[in-house]
Formats: sequence, structure tokens, C-alpha cells
Amino acid sequence: MKAVKIRRIVVTAVIILVAYLLQCSVFPALEIAGVKPNLMLIVTASFGFMRGPREGMFVGFASGLLIDIQHGDMIGFYALIYLAAGFVNGLFEQIYFDEDIKLPLFLIAGTDLVYGLGVYFLTFLLRSDFNFLYYLNRIIIPETIYTIAITLIVYPLLLFINHKLETEEKRSASKFV
Amino acid sequence: MRKKNQTSHTNRYILLGLSLFCALMMVLSSFSDKAAGPFKVLANVTVIPLQQGINYIGGWLGDMKDNFSTMEQLRAENESLQEQVDALTTENNYLQEESYEYERLQELYELDQNYAEYEKTAAHVIGKDSGNWFNTFTIDKGSNDGIEVDMNVLAGSGLAGIVTEVGPTWAKVRSIIDDSTNVSGMVLSTSDTCIVSGDLSLMSSGQIAFDQMENNDNVVSVGDQIVTSYISDKYLQGILIGSISEINVDSNNLTRSGYITPAVDFKNIQEVLVITTTKAELTGENDTGE
Repeated sequence: MKAVKIRRIVVTAVIILVAYLLQCSVFPALEIAGVKPNLMLIVTASFGFMRGPREGMFVGFASGLLIDIQHGDMIGFYALIYLAAGFVNGLFEQIYFDEDIKLPLFLIAGTDLVYGLGVYFLTFLLRSDFNFLYYLNRIIIPETIYTIAITLIVYPLLLFINHKLETEEKRSASKFV
Repeated sequence: MRKKNQTSHTNRYILLGLSLFCALMMVLSSFSDKAAGPFKVLANVTVIPLQQGINYIGGWLGDMKDNFSTMEQLRAENESLQEQVDALTTENNYLQEESYEYERLQELYELDQNYAEYEKTAAHVIGKDSGNWFNTFTIDKGSNDGIEVDMNVLAGSGLAGIVTEVGPTWAKVRSIIDDSTNVSGMVLSTSDTCIVSGDLSLMSSGQIAFDQMENNDNVVSVGDQIVTSYISDKYLQGILIGSISEINVDSNNLTRSGYITPAVDFKNIQEVLVITTTKAELTGENDTGE
């Protein structure tokens, strides 16, 4: 039982780390029209609705903290946003089914949209930058669209890893019964 | 049912706890830089070595690609380069002569604040900002290599940004096209000062805006070079920012504003030079020297 749990934690940590490294070193090369997809948000949201609020929160917190350490102005800002994203997505665990890809796409798109709006309101609006429509057209919407496109590639991968881990967990659980 | 309620309760407590932790860290880190210390060390052992590794592999792949260019091409290039070397040697001799003369004259005028003499150290860019909102990047040198906050960062011939955070083996650089950057600039030919500010809405077109330039008799036209001014307390004087691409007189008729094309290509920054002298040190030394 314990070994399975540890394996899940390690696999999750590796996924977060790989996602972060890709986001910082490879994705800038994939920029289209100055916008890159938000892989960290895909991972956070996916873990949220696949595994429930608790894991969503931890994954979001860890990803946000990584971003804060290297790129944020203050520790905790992105951690808080990603934490909230993980938690809210976790609430959708009950209506989530593996076979259905519409809900994940919809949730991730929604999360990215809200994330974009949140960042605008918390950083740009507070500096009295009211050019909202420009930012909406130039960054928020394109980022959402690009992120959905990347989701189509990344999400099946995450789903596959989760499946593997879950069958493993079930097998070891049935051993005890 | 009770069990389910219990788990959602614990979830709520975890959410509350982590949120409080985030809020606390935000407050702490806005008051003091020390709050981020432990996290920087964490990044140092986890992410930075991996980023450096990826950067190394990328560089190696690039080298491999270059190796495929044929021998003949290299020979032809070698020949033309040899010619260039000859030409440059002659030119260099000539320039050296001038440089001696210049040095002599400089001593005569006691102009010892020459920015070409700033000590620099080279660094690689190993990571870029994860989002689309700001423009910061990470370099592979930190406090172990003598990097400090507020050091100016050059790429090629122009100003790229300023160090805003330092870890043991890495440093965060905020570029001058970032939306939250303001630099005090100066027209090289007329010494009129202006404020150069990065703008997210101009980032995609690769330009930065300047404003508050006095509307006087001095003729400033498109193509004039803008360098950092003597006013700033963080940016060293006389570093090239870029050249004016558009200039207009403001509606108040007192000031002029416009756009600058930066000297640095911010899309493809790979190597940067960090000036290891900060303006604070320089002015401090001058104060004690006088």
C-alpha cells in the first residue's frame, strides 16, 4: 500500500517538474504571435478533476510556487492562483468520466480564461492600466486557444499515466482484501 | 455520508491553510527579500541544474547541426575571413593609434568615467518567464559568481535588462521591454533626457516607448540613438538602449514622445554580459574619492 502511495507522489512530482522545465525552456520556442500555452495550468487542472480537490490543490500549489521562485515578484502570488485553480477543478471530479474529453477541454479552457482575467485584474488593473480589451484580444484569448490545442496532446498522456497508477493501486488494494 | 463530509472538511482546512501560507509569504516577501531565501535554495537544487542541462543539450544539438555544413563552405568562409582579418588588422592598428591619442586626451580632461571599462562577466540564458504577461529571464550565474541585484545586463551592444533577484547559481533578469520597467534615457546627440518604458502592448512589435522629452530647439530625429542617462540610480550611464523609430510632439507642446527600436533582439537572447559594477558602487566610490 505504502509503496504505491510513494510511487504516486514521485510520479506526480516528476510530472510537475517536467512540465515546468518544458514551460520555461522549450515552450518559448513554440510561441505563436507572442503567446505560449500554459502547460502548468493544464497539469494542475487535470490533476484536479482526475484526482479530486486535495491533489489538485497540492499540485497547483507546487507548480505555482516553482513559478514564484524563479519568475514572480513575490513568493505566494502564483501559488495562490494555481492553488485555487486546482481546488475548483477538483470540485468537478464527481461529474468527470475518463471517456469524455469534452469536460476536461471545457474546464481547462475555463481555467485558463479565468487565470488570464485574474492576472490582468491583480497586476495590470491595480497599476491602473485600463486597456482591458487589448489584453483580452492579444493575450488572454489566444493563450486560451493555444492551451486547448496543447491540451489535446498533453491530456491523453496524463490520463494514461493516471490509469496506469490507478490499476496498480487497485491491484495492491485487492491483495489486502 | 459522514466520511465524505469529513474529507471535504479536511480539504477545506488544507485550502485555508495553504492560502494563508501564500498570503503570509506575499506579505513577508513584499517587506523583505530574506523571506524568499529558503525557496531560492530549493530552486537551486531542483530546477536550475536541470535547466542548465537542457540548455547544454540544446547547445550541443545546435553544434551538431552546424557540423553538417560542408567543408567547402567552411573553406570559402575561411578565405573570406582571412581577408577580413587582414583588413581589420590594418584598421585595428590605425584605431589603436587613435586610442592612444584618445587616452592621452582623456587623461588631459580627467574623464575617467568611461563605460567601456566596466567589468563584465558572460552568462547563458537558461529559462524564460512561464507566462505571457511579463518578460523576465533566468541566467546561469548567481551570487557565487559575484552577481548582485541591480547589476545591468547587456546583450550584444545594447542594454537588455537589470538583475532583480539572485540565487546562489542563478539570477532573474527583468528585461527593459517588460511592462513594469522604466529607464531614464538620453538622446546621444543632444543630451535631452526622457523616460523609456516597456509596454506589453508594444512587446509583440519589438518596440519600447519613450516620453517626457523636452520639446526644445534641439533637433531629434528618427534614427538617433538613445542611451541610458546620468540621472538613473540603477542604470549605468551611456549604455545603448536603441534608436528612435518614431517621434511626435505631445499635444501639450511641452514634451515629445515616441517609440524606440531596441538594440537587443529580445526574441533570441542566448548569451548576455552582466556588468559587475552597480551604479550605487560607482557613485559611492566617487563620493569617497572626492
